[in-house]
Amino acid sequence: MAEVDASVMVGSSHTVEPFDVQRIREDFPILRQTVRDKPLVYLDNAATTQKPQSVIDTLLQYYGAQNANIHRAVYKLSVKATALYEEARRKVRAFINAGRVEEIVFTGGTTDAINLVAQSYVRPLVGPGDEILLTELEHHSNIVPWQLVCEQTGASLKVVPINDAGEVPLDSFCELLSDRTKFVAIGHVSNALGTVNPVAEMVAAAHERGVRVLVDGAQGMPHMPVDVADLDCDFYAFSGHKVFGPTGVGALYARYELLEKMPPYRGGGDMIKSVSFDRTIYNDIPYKFEAGTPNIAGVIGMGAALDYVSAIGMQRIANYEHELLEHANEVFASLSSVRVIGTSSNKASVMSFVIENVHPHDVGTIMDQHGIAVRTGHHCAQPVMQRFGVPATVRASFAFYNTKDEIDALASAIDEVISVFG
Amino acid sequence: MDDTLDLYQELILDHNKSPRNRRKVDPADRQAEGFNPLCGDHVSVTIKLDGDVVKDVAFEGSGCAISTASASLMTEALKGKTLEEAKKTFQRFHGLVTGETDEEPPTPDSMGKLAVFSNVCNYPARVKCATLAWHTLKAALDGENEQISTE
Repeated sequence: MAEVDASVMVGSSHTVEPFDVQRIREDFPILRQTVRDKPLVYLDNAATTQKPQSVIDTLLQYYGAQNANIHRAVYKLSVKATALYEEARRKVRAFINAGRVEEIVFTGGTTDAINLVAQSYVRPLVGPGDEILLTELEHHSNIVPWQLVCEQTGASLKVVPINDAGEVPLDSFCELLSDRTKFVAIGHVSNALGTVNPVAEMVAAAHERGVRVLVDGAQGMPHMPVDVADLDCDFYAFSGHKVFGPTGVGALYARYELLEKMPPYRGGGDMIKSVSFDRTIYNDIPYKFEAGTPNIAGVIGMGAALDYVSAIGMQRIANYEHELLEHANEVFASLSSVRVIGTSSNKASVMSFVIENVHPHDVGTIMDQHGIAVRTGHHCAQPVMQRFGVPATVRASFAFYNTKDEIDALASAIDEVISVFG
Repeated sequence: MDDTLDLYQELILDHNKSPRNRRKVDPADRQAEGFNPLCGDHVSVTIKLDGDVVKDVAFEGSGCAISTASASLMTEALKGKTLEEAKKTFQRFHGLVTGETDEEPPTPDSMGKLAVFSNVCNYPARVKCATLAWHTLKAALDGENEQISTE
């Protein structure tokens, strides 16, 4: 992050070194609970993250004292709600270092943001013979919206294959970029394996050919500082609930000049300046893309979540999570019968694995007996599963409130799985 | 460990490790395929009839321990039964693992080896694993060459 708003840093209580994970855990009330008399070990952060008290308080405060519709009325409550909503937009801008606040569109989440770009920017851009380039790592939400555009326009998908480590090699990506390529959509971090893509290099290669790039940042935002100016991407999509904020809300960063030219994605109230049956004049960006009453509380809560992680510092979070990942790598290396899927040296704190001759669902049930929440299944990334010849994996995904002890608990539970099924 | 073993009883682990009748009945008088799109599991059930008696029944496919053992024990339980008895067994098994039954709840005694699944109803996320092969069987018995899905 090149710049952080002063307001974002106010109230910081986490600037003391070293990383005090026990202190941080106190901010997350859900982590105090037990499951079957065992402490909850929450390792499904790639699915959704837990919420700090400050985010919960923000939602309570909003509904308890600030709720009104925004951009509508002249009374005080509405003016206040509007101000809070727009303040959250400034927080998002600062957090990802976007150039202008108008470049931040609030959406229902990453999926909604990707669909917006697919329908409003890419659909009018492509036709038969044109290609949209993706990678084999993508989440279904960065595959299916493009398949819809292909069905609508006659364009086709090209998929950059991944290697045995679960990485997208930059040269494979560049080989598939061609004169036919009209758009690129890539994940910042793989949700299924944790691989971090060389996004800045991929964007640069695409831009050399004049091709615009969307980055699916759902899994990038929670794990590392994100700077859209550094990445130089044209679109960056993310979800509030993956960054310790509420569900049902997210944001799209889009370059000002692209957003200006894009037609509205959805029609309704708030996205217009004037409406008559003859002619409707659309509102300015970003409001043109925010039809209907948005998730106001969610947006404000997402802003509170960004405040919270900013106060800790995204780089400190990244460093601590890297320690967790290294510990997990050491522990897993000593486990026989376990195959880790996704072994890139550039990974977010995710361990995706299978245990020889044991189905992931059986692993998940035994983990649950120990209070350990892991995801078992295809993680909405079936092409990745197919690539590695497995129907499903067990995925433990860590956040900055997880501890090395919790990783040790995971390892003990794996030992038990092996003893039950061995 | 004790908690987990109430689900993963010895008989289930045994049938998972060494499934019985994991093959294809060929030629089959009835057959059906079942899918669980949530976990990617699939199973196919093939049946040979002698009049209205299940002369042979087998399954193929891959899945978790619960679904594999359930399919394996199902084939053992149904061989030699009439179609009517097989459907009745389906209903009782379904009642056992879902905990939802209109009739008298099945007792372990009345279920034979299938009683080993009586704890599945305490694991709602795993009920579909236990019932996949059985729903597939029912599809095979009800209509021919059906394809079914848990979702």
